[in-house]
Amino acid sequence: MSDRSHRGPGDDQRVSRRGFLTTAATSAAAAAVVGAAVPAAAEPMRKADSETTHIVLNVNGRNYRLAVEPRETLIAVLRERMGLIGAKPGCERGECGACTVLIDGTTRYSCMTLAVEAQGRAITTIEGLAQGEELSTLQQAFIHEDGFQCGFCTPGQVMAAEGLLRKNASPSMDDIRLGMSGNLCRCGAYGHIFKAVQKAAATRKSGGGL
Amino acid sequence: MLPTFTYVKPASIGEALRELATPGARAHAGGTDLLGCLRDRVFTAQKIVSLNGLSELHGVSDLQNGGLRIGALTTLAELAAHPVVLQRFTALAKGAGAAASPQLRNQGTVGGNLCQRPRCWYYRGDFPCARKGGDTCFAKEGENQLHAILGGDVCVMVHPSDTAPTLMALDASVRIVGPRGARTVPLDAFFVLPSKDYTRETVVEPDEIVTEIILPSPPAGAASTYRKLRARGAWDFALSGAAVMIARKGKTIQQARVVLSGVAPVPWRAPAAEKELVGHELSEGVIARAAEKATVGATPLSDNAYKVSLARGAAMEALSELRGAG
Repeated sequence: MSDRSHRGPGDDQRVSRRGFLTTAATSAAAAAVVGAAVPAAAEPMRKADSETTHIVLNVNGRNYRLAVEPRETLIAVLRERMGLIGAKPGCERGECGACTVLIDGTTRYSCMTLAVEAQGRAITTIEGLAQGEELSTLQQAFIHEDGFQCGFCTPGQVMAAEGLLRKNASPSMDDIRLGMSGNLCRCGAYGHIFKAVQKAAATRKSGGGL
Repeated sequence: MLPTFTYVKPASIGEALRELATPGARAHAGGTDLLGCLRDRVFTAQKIVSLNGLSELHGVSDLQNGGLRIGALTTLAELAAHPVVLQRFTALAKGAGAAASPQLRNQGTVGGNLCQRPRCWYYRGDFPCARKGGDTCFAKEGENQLHAILGGDVCVMVHPSDTAPTLMALDASVRIVGPRGARTVPLDAFFVLPSKDYTRETVVEPDEIVTEIILPSPPAGAASTYRKLRARGAWDFALSGAAVMIARKGKTIQQARVVLSGVAPVPWRAPAAEKELVGHELSEGVIARAAEKATVGATPLSDNAYKVSLARGAAMEALSELRGAG
């Protein structure tokens, strides 16, 4: 895929997932990739009672069979049932963007989406961007540009940027500002976030590494 | 955690209507407003009826008469990027593109945007306000800087939609289906003022659904736009806005529709402004007079007099943009 590096792990310009974990272990961005380390095997189907319904969710290319209550939101199911804790519950009312995931390639707030409504659709979370140990070009751009401070909003920021770049491979700075406007950063790292998106767009276009 | 409810996803409109006729049922389109209201306990639902299995409610198609048929489940993002909407129904593309955030535009539907509940902080909060069955509008004596300057009565909410004023400026109609049959309602008659019934915002009954929006072909020489003014440049509701459609023959305006957002409990038609425009060229003086007339009858509350000049400014900027485009 064009957004992933094809350069070797020995290239010191690249940031491996493990290398990033050791240098930024306390950041929530690290927690995002830890989520990818959780075995992705489907959990045994829970016993359904009268209030649950059986669903299959396709997350990061893998099918998960689950019994959920209709009132469970997608973010709750991702985090609490699948162990995919990259997406963050921030406001849980569709305002902050920390829970952003892609559904069929477009950005959505997973806190405002019922899990039952996401059936039959392709869900991509932050855990689906890295390829094995190697972070995607976009994730690396966030590190290179210091596109975060505390890191809590970072998985959502990265997914918003991923959705933006899939729609618009050459965004202007205004496109980036508007495209990222559904994601709040309490640390105020916006300038660095925008630069990271800009850098990722340029890198993806040139097909090279950072 | 949301309150408990059951969930069904009907495959046909008939089935959806049967489900909606059961007690405590509520329709789910994009869900962005529904889930917020359930979470905030603004209202309850025993059953969620998802409309997303109704493929016939998706998408935009051209009508033979030059108009447009927009399925109620078409997302705001789809409308904002649709080439025909952008070119011939520009105000709507701008309104859809100015609403909420990118994520919510990817999820929120145009039908849901028309039917969304008020955003008033008393209505959404833990206040037994008139619209929720109480006997007081707390905003009248309380924090009312975001509230109505026009059309307020028992309730001074403002209608939060950015697509509604543009659709009204473009003379749209809404198709509503229910157990008693189907009807087509002009958007001018779709919204309900508090003086008529302060417990509802639209004429849609609980057992009915909006299925599509019909846009007539724009008149010859038509141009339209929407100017939204808000506290920040993105991801905010309108403090005031103006949707404008004018049709010119040569330079003379033949038809005009001016609709304000963010100032009244319904998208606010401004016939006095329209009258100033028709028969004239879009000169600076005509624009200023029309903008002045747009807020005729305004009665500001304690903290929102600024909205009078803001709404005039929105109208002035929208008209000036069309002047440049002419």
